[in-house]
Amino acid sequence: MNAPLSPPSAATRADALGAFLEQDYTAGFETRLETDTVPKGLSEDTIRLISARKGEPDWLLDWRLEAYRRWLTMTPPTWAAVSFPPIDFQDIVYYSAPKSKKDGPKSLDEVDPELLRTFEKLGVPLHERARLAGVAVDAVFDSVSVATTFQKELGEHGIVFCSFSEAVKTHPELVRQYLGTVVPPGDNFYAALNSAVFSDGSFVFIPKGVKCPMELSTYFRINARDTGQFERTLIVAEEGASVSYLEGCTAPMRDENQLHAAVVELIALDDAKIKYSTVQNWYPGDKDGKGGIYNFVTKRGDCRGARSRISWTQVETGSAITWKYPSVILRGDDSVGDFHSVALTNNLQQADTGTKMIHMGRNTRSTILSKGISAGRGSNTFRGMVRVTPRAEGARNYTQCDSLLIGDRCAAHTFPTIEVRHPSARVEHEATTSRIGEDQLFYAMQRGISAEDAVSMIVNGFCREVFKELPMEFAVEAQKLLGVSLEGSVG
Amino acid sequence: MNAIDTWVARHRERAATLPGAAVPWLATRRHDAIERFAALGWPTSRLEAWRHTSLAFLEQHELAAPEAAPHPATTLAALRTGFDDGDHWLVFVDGRAEPALSVMAAVPAGVTICALSEALAHRPEAVETAFGTARDAAAPHALNLALCSDGAFVHLARGTALEHPLHLVFIGATGAADTHVRNLIVAEAGSEASIVEHHLGGGATLGTVVTRVQAAQDARVTHVKLQRQDERAIHLAQIEASQARGAHVASHSLSFGARLARNDIHTRFDGEGCEALLNGLYHVDGRRHVDHHTLIEHAHPLGTSREHYRGLVDGNARGVFAGRIIVAQDAQRTDAIQRCDNLLLSKLAEADARPELEIYADDVKCAHGATVGQIDEDALFYLRTRGVDETHARQLLTYAFAAEVIERIAQDSLRRHARATLLARLPGSALLEELL
Repeated sequence: MNAPLSPPSAATRADALGAFLEQDYTAGFETRLETDTVPKGLSEDTIRLISARKGEPDWLLDWRLEAYRRWLTMTPPTWAAVSFPPIDFQDIVYYSAPKSKKDGPKSLDEVDPELLRTFEKLGVPLHERARLAGVAVDAVFDSVSVATTFQKELGEHGIVFCSFSEAVKTHPELVRQYLGTVVPPGDNFYAALNSAVFSDGSFVFIPKGVKCPMELSTYFRINARDTGQFERTLIVAEEGASVSYLEGCTAPMRDENQLHAAVVELIALDDAKIKYSTVQNWYPGDKDGKGGIYNFVTKRGDCRGARSRISWTQVETGSAITWKYPSVILRGDDSVGDFHSVALTNNLQQADTGTKMIHMGRNTRSTILSKGISAGRGSNTFRGMVRVTPRAEGARNYTQCDSLLIGDRCAAHTFPTIEVRHPSARVEHEATTSRIGEDQLFYAMQRGISAEDAVSMIVNGFCREVFKELPMEFAVEAQKLLGVSLEGSVG
Repeated sequence: MNAIDTWVARHRERAATLPGAAVPWLATRRHDAIERFAALGWPTSRLEAWRHTSLAFLEQHELAAPEAAPHPATTLAALRTGFDDGDHWLVFVDGRAEPALSVMAAVPAGVTICALSEALAHRPEAVETAFGTARDAAAPHALNLALCSDGAFVHLARGTALEHPLHLVFIGATGAADTHVRNLIVAEAGSEASIVEHHLGGGATLGTVVTRVQAAQDARVTHVKLQRQDERAIHLAQIEASQARGAHVASHSLSFGARLARNDIHTRFDGEGCEALLNGLYHVDGRRHVDHHTLIEHAHPLGTSREHYRGLVDGNARGVFAGRIIVAQDAQRTDAIQRCDNLLLSKLAEADARPELEIYADDVKCAHGATVGQIDEDALFYLRTRGVDETHARQLLTYAFAAEVIERIAQDSLRRHARATLLARLPGSALLEELL
């Protein structure tokens, strides 16, 4: 063992941090496929075209057009701590789908092998032989869902897990009943845009009393050039039902920025539980901030029933810009909302993320745990809101929000808002900002741990409380993403 | 009616009679200020900084001078009890200096204390830099510049120290429906002073107050503000400080009165090794509203800031705190702690807190915390086991919660006065005093 016994010099420290931060984006390849793409630009005709391609009923087309008209009257939000040139919404392709022979693949065997290979390469088990993985997957490629696994097994439990387009055809009454009830079409600029042009996404319905026997997951892949991805996810858990849902995403490396504006709505009725986990790894752009995905997402859960629980866990490592605030409306008495987040920004990445917990029912509880890591010239903002309305007797919130700074050119901001209108509420917010200390590194190195392993351990420890909320498979992926395995990366 | 053009008209009417009307730079600044105010209008909740405190209602709001008020001399006499004879008192009634009531003990050579109107009449060049401009000013502060009728001018020459506190007493009597005062405090290198603002009376008036502090190298300035205005008054205030290398500024803001009180407190570290203490307490009840917006700018390395705010919110009232700490890219080794704690004392009260950290440097220690809650049941139980009945135990704990802020005031007489003021406001104060 040749562990250094003197405190690490600034150079060692910089090396270790450098090695830790220099990870390549491994999901950056592009798949060449024949695609069915509508021309660039957005108008009522584009929306009619998208709706027609998907064979949607009239009510949904009207709903889209209504949202589009609302969108035209809105302006993009400017309050977030992110900066980017104005987006030309006419320069985006709003619909792109891999060309298929018929209406779409009826089973996995009909899915283009090239597509299957793509997902295989990304480590997403689409083949039923991947049963061992124990995860049902809905794979979304650009604007459409290409495959959903385990549908039959889930169907036996009465669970509906399919692409959004399929749900519109097979369960229109459910879609119509719940769509837009958590995130209304006019909620905000990007939600309105999504409501107008959303292409696909996942639909999950867990009937009364059913505990979903496996993890459900959706894998989103942006592939085509110049496209925007606008997926819409709707998860409904009826009385006493429970489900754990995972979401992953990647995109090819390109010099241009691409827009991703999704909407996710969760609805939990009495005693229902929904756990929603995200590992977001969209292409973050290169070292000079060229390219990357603009990730402008509206995610909101509605604890409609008593004793319901919605929990968001997110690991945000990708995207050039992240603008996302997964929130929970705690409407039912005794309902619980959780938000666990790790957000890493490196190079020129910008993240403005956080949550809203709106306490409306009695004895509602929420926990917010946010870990922000800024490195390079990255900018990382936590923006949160905890609101206790006048009827929310006994509401309780605890917020812990920590930032870790790596490098002297990065930025970390914390902007929480607390609004309390009930005297029995207890709301606490704590936040700290610090960097990896020389003494921490020294301590680890003294015990024979290399500087780079020490950094990785410290970062890992910093995020541990959030990682332990992730389902196992995802926790592994998340740790990998944060560069835990640094073996041999320093000579 | 108080629509924007009414204020523009007031500026036109008063311009010729305001102090320094003949001073060209001031006339230009006042003109720019009223233009800025007219362009901005009263801030509404659509502006991020005014989200919890909209002033849009002022467009329609009736202002009135109090119909009756105790004689300012009576008010002053009551205020002076308990303070040392050596203290300095500069008194302003309805926004204008009242030399007859002011009591100035001897001050060391190099210390100038006078009314702003006097300074503008005799040596306008001495206040030109400190006076400030309306550039980047929020609407109420721009209005202040345009209309300010007086205020205090304090100049501490290099190395001088004012041993006794200087009290600036602003009494709202029957003479004006709106008052605008501007205080300029210039502390040269190594100087030291404690300055206390008392705001009293005021009926249903609107008052703007801007206090500008310049602390040069190693200067130490303590600023205490005790706002006890009438419960229909509107109080819009700003404290704007800049600190050179090693300067120390302490700001204590105790906000008890007024229908609506807004304090914008801002200090900027313009050199290394500065220290700031921002300490505050607010107690609101009825339908009243109090808002503190603070900003500490760590622009240089090795700065230390401590911020502690506490609020007691009762009745239908609303207490707002928004504190921002900015640590610039080169402000390494910054140490900043910010806390805001609120006690909600009634069902209809509302407390809003926005503790914000904006950090661009990596070698820093920054933490903030905010809580909204009620009296700790365990502490209550403990007191009850010691034979204190529930009502009094609650009162005692409420007092203790608030008094922690007051204990940070370093000057004995000021601390005692603040404590007594707080006690007098709380129910059951007689028994509380006994228990203490």
